[in-house]
Amino acid sequence: MGRFWSILFLLVPILGVGVFVWAMAGLWPMAGHWLPENVNDHGHVIDNLFMFILILTGVIFIGTGIALFWFLWKYDSANNAAPVAFTHGSHTLEVVWSIIPAAALVFIAIYQMNAWADAKMRRPTLADGRVKPEIAEVTGRQFEWRIRYAGKDGIVGTEDDVQVVNDLHLPVDEEIVLKIKSQDVLHSFFLPNLRIKQDVVPGMKQFVWFRANKTGVYDIVCAELCGWGHYKMRGRITLESREDFDRWLAKAYDEQNQAQYTPATGEAE
Amino acid sequence: MSAVAVPTHGTVHDHHAPALDLGTFVRTYVFSLDHKIIGLQFLFSTLLWFLVGGLLALGIRWQLAWPWTDMPIIGRMLFSAEGGQISPEFYTTLFTMHATVMIFFVIIPILAGAFGNYLIPLMIGADDMAFPTLNMLSYWFMWPAFICIGISFLWPPYGAGGGWTSYPPLSVVTEAAPGSAFAQTMWLLGVTFVGVSSMMGSVNYMTTIIQMRAPGMTMFRLPMTIWGMFITAILQAFALPVLTAAGFMQLMDRTMGTGFFLPEGLIVNNSMPATGGGQPLLWQHLFWFYSHPAVYIMILPAMGMVSDIIACFARKPLFGYKPMVYSISGIAGLGFIVWGHHMFVSGMNPLLGMTFMVSTMMIALPSAVKTFNWLGTIWGGKIQFTTPMLFALSFVSMFIIGGLSGIFMAATPVDIFIHDTYFIVAHFHYVLFAGTAMAVFGAIYFWFPKMFGRMMDENLGKIHFFLTFLFLNGTFFTMHILGAVGFPRRLADPYDYETFRHLLPMNQFMTICAIGMVATQVIFAYNFIRSMFFGTPVGRNPWGANSLEWMAPSPPGHGNFDFQPIVYRGPYEYGSPEVDTDFYPQTQPPPSDPARRVKPEHH
Repeated sequence: MGRFWSILFLLVPILGVGVFVWAMAGLWPMAGHWLPENVNDHGHVIDNLFMFILILTGVIFIGTGIALFWFLWKYDSANNAAPVAFTHGSHTLEVVWSIIPAAALVFIAIYQMNAWADAKMRRPTLADGRVKPEIAEVTGRQFEWRIRYAGKDGIVGTEDDVQVVNDLHLPVDEEIVLKIKSQDVLHSFFLPNLRIKQDVVPGMKQFVWFRANKTGVYDIVCAELCGWGHYKMRGRITLESREDFDRWLAKAYDEQNQAQYTPATGEAE
Repeated sequence: MSAVAVPTHGTVHDHHAPALDLGTFVRTYVFSLDHKIIGLQFLFSTLLWFLVGGLLALGIRWQLAWPWTDMPIIGRMLFSAEGGQISPEFYTTLFTMHATVMIFFVIIPILAGAFGNYLIPLMIGADDMAFPTLNMLSYWFMWPAFICIGISFLWPPYGAGGGWTSYPPLSVVTEAAPGSAFAQTMWLLGVTFVGVSSMMGSVNYMTTIIQMRAPGMTMFRLPMTIWGMFITAILQAFALPVLTAAGFMQLMDRTMGTGFFLPEGLIVNNSMPATGGGQPLLWQHLFWFYSHPAVYIMILPAMGMVSDIIACFARKPLFGYKPMVYSISGIAGLGFIVWGHHMFVSGMNPLLGMTFMVSTMMIALPSAVKTFNWLGTIWGGKIQFTTPMLFALSFVSMFIIGGLSGIFMAATPVDIFIHDTYFIVAHFHYVLFAGTAMAVFGAIYFWFPKMFGRMMDENLGKIHFFLTFLFLNGTFFTMHILGAVGFPRRLADPYDYETFRHLLPMNQFMTICAIGMVATQVIFAYNFIRSMFFGTPVGRNPWGANSLEWMAPSPPGHGNFDFQPIVYRGPYEYGSPEVDTDFYPQTQPPPSDPARRVKPEHH
């Protein structure tokens, strides 16, 4: 039976790598079972780092898996007449297999830092060096995303703001800064196709930024448990050209200010 | 046995056995002071909760594979109000309770409570724990916890649903969710009681290991299991007070109007404005300051037990004993400064993210060293593929996956994308189920003969192993792929999102594997119960192992040893040229002929 069990453990690296390769290739039945399309200029850095770690860990996964298999195969008591190697360890080996992984891990950590700083700390600036103001403010609330555009004056929180719910429109090919916050509980503003995720915390404000390079309509996902309706807290992000965006914003502004709603008696806020 | 025979309480005790009146029964088997009975009480309780947690997981899997459809047969019985469906409210309760039960009622108490209690005095050569009454209390304080969490789960209309992490404001503002009212208070009390129980246990374990070792049992002659338990006890003693304090802060926020975790004037779902002045992130810091070390509380004893099992069935000394001990200590030390990696996208200062990334990367190092040493132990041995060995080997194989997938999450930029997706779900199930739970199964098969004096059936054990191994990989390996797509966790219906709609067939495959995995455990339950009564009776040392517990009778009587154990060497001298057998018990004196004695190697 030792042979059988050795092969079972050999299947772990073989099938493990196989499943990943299969998914990456998108073959049936795993079409689209890999990193979703990335439409953010800065997002490919994250994808590359993901692949970099995948290859590095993949090599270790295969190496250790094969070593485990080979030792089980070779030193199976049913087929191995050689006496046991009576050893308590090797100082040299311990030093080697401490220092090499340590160096690799420190390298991985340092290698990530620039991408992290770009994603979370180096907010885009204007030509004069000031930080770029947000184009819109997104507020999470059980269970919707309330969006407030700056309007003509470029400042969020004034009379000419355009307000929509769950329907975020943004121009492509320019640096976008969004201010995100929460009105009630924790939410997380997750744009899978833009490789953006940031929790929003009531009482705090957060900024996210990206530069979309493709038009289209994508999901806004809430990725932090926010109550029973967490699963349906779904928004849509429409990426379009600057002209289309301006047209849409103007139209939204007009609709908002023309819509006259007279509350029935007793329903006034 | 060459050691001195001394009269024991065990033999005296046996005279009472025929006339077992109610009072004796209660003292012996219910409110027992004997560490072995307490260990078994923990074992039986946690195995029952393991079943509960597994069924809760099937509820989650059902919803993810066939959302909003009736569960066959039992759906109408359980959710008659929703027409047999799992409602989204109940779904939040399901995953909250699955995690709570598995972490607080299964993994932590089965490692420290069951195996810690049973094995520590036996493996160090003591007759019992240092504080038997405290030990008994540590078990009986689990019962208020069982009751509180039970109430919290069943409280109408919906049980606690704030996740096992219980993040405020969702968990603090009673209007925020249907389960955030009374049920959440009971949840907090339940977790607090588990903490009290663990604290009493950890004080006892530390004292026992430091004070009650048999003559000759130096710290560096302790089996790895005991090292795992010892470091775990230290971790618990230092980390748990933080969780207890945080739990009380949350309780006070909920019941007394304090504002530790709520910002000024917060209104959730038309609640009263919060007192304010607090910070929701504070809870996350306090919670993870305990709960990250708790991750190691849930793996270090398993690593110890696996080391013992692997060395025994490789018939070879453990490779690198001291590096293994230092690795466990290193994991424990670093474990206190990595909690922030749960909070990379929480809104915490991104500069802190960089620090926590470095410390988190470094904690992979001792884990890697341990893995290499296990491989080194197998190398050059004479491997016996027994059931405990298969489970221990699968621990190593699966822990490699769980360890490596952790590196993705430790890398902050990658974490932005995979945080709170199924990638992390895959990661911690590989560490906790494929790792710890498999190690626990191995440990049960390994020490069962000691506990009950009978063997478990090896053939059934191997079938149990084979099917569990297949199904667990079918269930959990695929989660990595879902994570790569960004599939978020904790969604009652992820297919509402266009991005994830096409992932339904893979989820159905995973659910079928999960059902198979739970069904397989019937084989284990049958084998366990049957072997208790009808298994092949065994002597003291059925596996030919070295450590002290195998020198005691199977099962050991009250007081454990029928002789005074004296320890001459470490527990891993398998295949030593000093003796003719391939094992060399710790209590066996060295050969009288000095020529046969092996000089200690210097390496």
